[in-house]
Amino acid sequence: MTPVNIVASAENPLLPAAYDILWSAVCLLIVFLVVWKYVLPAFNKTLDERAERIQGGIEKAEKVQAEADQALAEYQKQLADGRAEAARLRAEAQEEGAQIIADMKAQAHSEADRIIAQAQTQIDAERQSAMVQLRSEVGTLATDLASRIVGESLTDDQRSANVVDRFISDLESNSSAQPVKGA
Amino acid sequence: MGTLNAANTTVSAAEGGFHAPSMAEFFPASFLFEGTPFEMNRVMLIRIIATVAVVVLLAVWAKRMKLIPSRFQSSMELAMEFVTVGIAEDTMGKEKAKKFMPLIVAIFFGILFWNVTKLIPFLNMPGTGVIGMPIVLTLVVYVTYHWAGIAEKGLGRYLKDSLILPGVPPAMHILLIPIEFITKFVTQPFTLAIRLFANMMVGHLLLVLCFSATSFFLFDAANGFQFFGIVTFAGGMFVFILEMLIVVLQAYIFALLSCVYINAAISDEH
Repeated sequence: MTPVNIVASAENPLLPAAYDILWSAVCLLIVFLVVWKYVLPAFNKTLDERAERIQGGIEKAEKVQAEADQALAEYQKQLADGRAEAARLRAEAQEEGAQIIADMKAQAHSEADRIIAQAQTQIDAERQSAMVQLRSEVGTLATDLASRIVGESLTDDQRSANVVDRFISDLESNSSAQPVKGA
Repeated sequence: MGTLNAANTTVSAAEGGFHAPSMAEFFPASFLFEGTPFEMNRVMLIRIIATVAVVVLLAVWAKRMKLIPSRFQSSMELAMEFVTVGIAEDTMGKEKAKKFMPLIVAIFFGILFWNVTKLIPFLNMPGTGVIGMPIVLTLVVYVTYHWAGIAEKGLGRYLKDSLILPGVPPAMHILLIPIEFITKFVTQPFTLAIRLFANMMVGHLLLVLCFSATSFFLFDAANGFQFFGIVTFAGGMFVFILEMLIVVLQAYIFALLSCVYINAAISDEH
């Protein structure tokens, strides 16, 4: 019992035993190999993948943002185009309307002129025919009147008045019977 | 058999009085392959348990890794980024750090888990509290930074950059070259190993001292001394909380200094 104690305490703690070195080396080697071959590669791979994923996510977000911007610009352009088109159509329609009104006005004017001219012509023609008819009738009337004056004695006032009256009444009946006579 | 008897006797003897912690704590009886380089004792077993734990944790994390992390994955990623970015890349720069990343990550998580076993009930022993592990870790870092420096610059320029300080009067080199040599080739690795080893060993001894003193005062000491048991227990709790910090801090310092040494070896400036 005592020799063992003496041997133990006699050992120099700074001088390693062979088994101490051996087991230390084995333990360190195992930890080193596991870390070197397995743990660190897995760790680095995960970190890289994560970085890649985050990078990819950022890129994707940027792409989507750009697409959205483009779509918005396109939409705004279309909207502006539509507005311009509407304004153009409206202006065109107004112009067309004004044109139509002007056309109608011109047409109405020419129609009215035509009607007036026609009426004028008609009036002229009627007047012409009336004058022709009147001229021929005045001759007949004058002859008729002269014969009556000549055929009657025109000595007293009574008689002369009667002649005139009769002439006038004859004239009246004549003019009412004239169309039959003229035809 | 003899060792088992001895252990039993020590325990029964401890029941009677105060059992002070000794270095024997770090060299428990072996139970497998005794006398060979494969000798297995409690501390070695604890190292292997911690190794299995860290490997399983990292492997499960790596296997379940997804683009959208779970809480477990997120917190592991946070820890991993603390090492890859906070320690390695901030010291060496992104490009240079890439090559040494597996080593730095393995060193940080390995030391963290080998350290933390000292705070876990029923293990109660740091895997780094025996000098072998700090020496192996340091040796790996030592070889790595010299090899990286020579590979980067060639042997002549590497030695020149390491040993000769620029802008110093020529006469001073007689003094400075040996100092630089001792710093680069002796002091740096020595302190790297001893810092980790001593922190872990002493922390463990402090914890054992506090709690065994508490046990002694409460159960074995004469009446009137029980009060000191409360004091030593409070001290033990304080040391325990402090050790929680130190466990992480030592892993951080070891990984950080490894990066600093590697960077100094491969950088153009002195």
